[in-house]
Amino acid sequence: MLVYPIYQLGLISFFQYTQAQVSGGEPTTFKGFGNYSELFSDSQFWQVLLATVLFAAACVVSTLAVGCALAVLLTRVRAVPRLVLMLAALGAWATPAVTGSTVWLLLFDPDFGPVNRILGLGDHSWTYGRLSAFFLVLLEVVWCSFPFVMVTVYAGIRAVPSEVLEAAALDGASQWRIWRSVLTPMLRPILTVVTIQSVIWDFKVFTQIYVMTNGGGIAGQNLVLNVYAYQQAFASSKYSLGSAIGVVMLLMLLAVTLVYLRLLRRQGEEL
Amino acid sequence: MKLAPRFAVLLATAAVVAGCAPQTSDNSSSDKDDQSGTLRVWLFQEVGNDPKAKVVDSVVAAFEKAHKDTKVDVEYIPIDTRAQRVKAAFNDPKSAPDVMEYGNTDTAGYVHDGGLLDVTKEFGAWSEAKDTDPTAKQSVTVDGKLYGSPFYVGVRALYYRTDVFKDLGLQPPKSMAELAATARKIHKAKSDLYGLVVGGAYTYGAMPFVWANGGELATAKGGSGGSYTSAIDSAVAQKGIKAYTSLFTSGNCPAAKCAVMGGNDTITAFAAGKAGMAIGGDFSHSAVEAGKVKGKYAVVPLPGVASGSVAPAFAGGNNIGVLKSTSHRTLAVDLMEQLTSKATQASMFDAMGFLPTFTDVRDAAAAKVPFEKPFVETLAAGTKFVPASPGWSEIDSSLVLPTMLQEVISGKKSVGAASKDAARKMNDAFSSAG
Repeated sequence: MLVYPIYQLGLISFFQYTQAQVSGGEPTTFKGFGNYSELFSDSQFWQVLLATVLFAAACVVSTLAVGCALAVLLTRVRAVPRLVLMLAALGAWATPAVTGSTVWLLLFDPDFGPVNRILGLGDHSWTYGRLSAFFLVLLEVVWCSFPFVMVTVYAGIRAVPSEVLEAAALDGASQWRIWRSVLTPMLRPILTVVTIQSVIWDFKVFTQIYVMTNGGGIAGQNLVLNVYAYQQAFASSKYSLGSAIGVVMLLMLLAVTLVYLRLLRRQGEEL
Repeated sequence: MKLAPRFAVLLATAAVVAGCAPQTSDNSSSDKDDQSGTLRVWLFQEVGNDPKAKVVDSVVAAFEKAHKDTKVDVEYIPIDTRAQRVKAAFNDPKSAPDVMEYGNTDTAGYVHDGGLLDVTKEFGAWSEAKDTDPTAKQSVTVDGKLYGSPFYVGVRALYYRTDVFKDLGLQPPKSMAELAATARKIHKAKSDLYGLVVGGAYTYGAMPFVWANGGELATAKGGSGGSYTSAIDSAVAQKGIKAYTSLFTSGNCPAAKCAVMGGNDTITAFAAGKAGMAIGGDFSHSAVEAGKVKGKYAVVPLPGVASGSVAPAFAGGNNIGVLKSTSHRTLAVDLMEQLTSKATQASMFDAMGFLPTFTDVRDAAAAKVPFEKPFVETLAAGTKFVPASPGWSEIDSSLVLPTMLQEVISGKKSVGAASKDAARKMNDAFSSAG
């Protein structure tokens, strides 16, 4: 089940395979690494790749920061606010990405959005500038993915014996100090999992960019790899080139994950 | 290193299997030519499809009467998902229709994909074909061969608000320079209105500016190869791009809002009463009628560079073609002709307002409905069509031209740099599509 699609992906990426080949208008020809060299010589690919890496990194860091901070907060508040926060987070988590993106877009709409009205920005368009558009998408991505981090880390903190935390507190450690010196080491396996998950999710972000920047933003300024691959593979019917992008993404994610696991293992942590 | 042997086996298997190529479908033309049976037809599902269906039903009824033991099965497919449906039909000839309606910009792409049947001979022998508008005929032609019959044409012209023009004492613009000046005047006097609403993703709204300045999308290389070279970076084309993109200013249509707009967005804005002028098609009529501005607008041809001239418009529209995989070749071609005949097109115009592709039928239609006059005038002044190359589908779907316009509008690139990049991408697409 897992191997066959990947095998097909890899196979197609070595052929000249467009709509004409699929429907039998032209014969399929073997291109070797032709699709890859075409891809790597395309300056747009490198720009998109760079944007994707930076954007994903920003999303991962923000998601983890927000998720962990709220998880710690959850352990410090009473039952009712905790329940409210939990429900709100679960609501955000359960919202389909398309709906979430549309709602965020509406909130920031230059003509009808409440955000501009509250901030007194007039008809400022958030999706016009490259960074401001990325920022808007980042907010949405963080909004819909922090609950996972929060819930997982919260569960992790709950599993930490309370004596340890009490001891730290009695020693006069600040909240930040407890987090850094006590919780982080103890939660390392959990943090590893949520980090890898977030890296994978945020690197592959599609819906948010596609919906919120209208398929890649003005002049393609907000393209990320997944949307770019979609554009190449389906909109332009260049399935082989799209597959090549897919393979590159797969290899990059595998590499990131492997390196990360390797680092952990060297530090003597077994997952 | 336990995994290594297993991994090697896996690799070896992969290497063996890699000998076979990815799946393709055998979409060669069918040799069969059955004289009876069921013909499957795909037509586009329009907004308010009933009048269209009525006309089609009467054509089908007459066709079934004329051919014994023949049934016609008409299916209306949603326009939004037509690309997937058509691809699927090409991939699986068994589920494909015999006769199909398609957008005329897709012709070359579908031919390249091997989906459409060459009907040059039949079309030439058809008595009604000689009155077909040359641009419409061009839209079914690839490399000198015909792949279908034109069904209707669509062109764009200039919608303007009669009440706003009267308030400000303005006249409909006679030239492109006047158009820009009028747009600025409207926005200055009524700051909540766009003067002329334009869109950075509105290719067919921008192209008339290029064509009016003497530019072209691409020029044929000559010879029968049917290959093209982009001309979007020529000096005259750049002049047109400059003319269009200079409309995206705070004095008319602010870039921050208008750069992302497509054709439909501009029509929506106009229909909602948010613009003094818009470039819209005859097919936008019902959308505008349904809006706030009903009864408060009129249409004139989009002016060209010289005063009193008409800017060449893009000749959009749909064709009806026969699929290569059909097993009822003779019947299917006959049905295609019936569905696009003069009589059908005349009643289709009455029912749906689709402009006929036959010049005589069209003139008769325009005489009946005054609203169509500016559109027919635009058609008569000469229209342009996109390059008949399979590369065009790729250029269109990979947003080469909107990207170029948006790069200029947002100030990321100069007109020269953006148009050179676009020309390079277009040439890549033309050459890779062969």
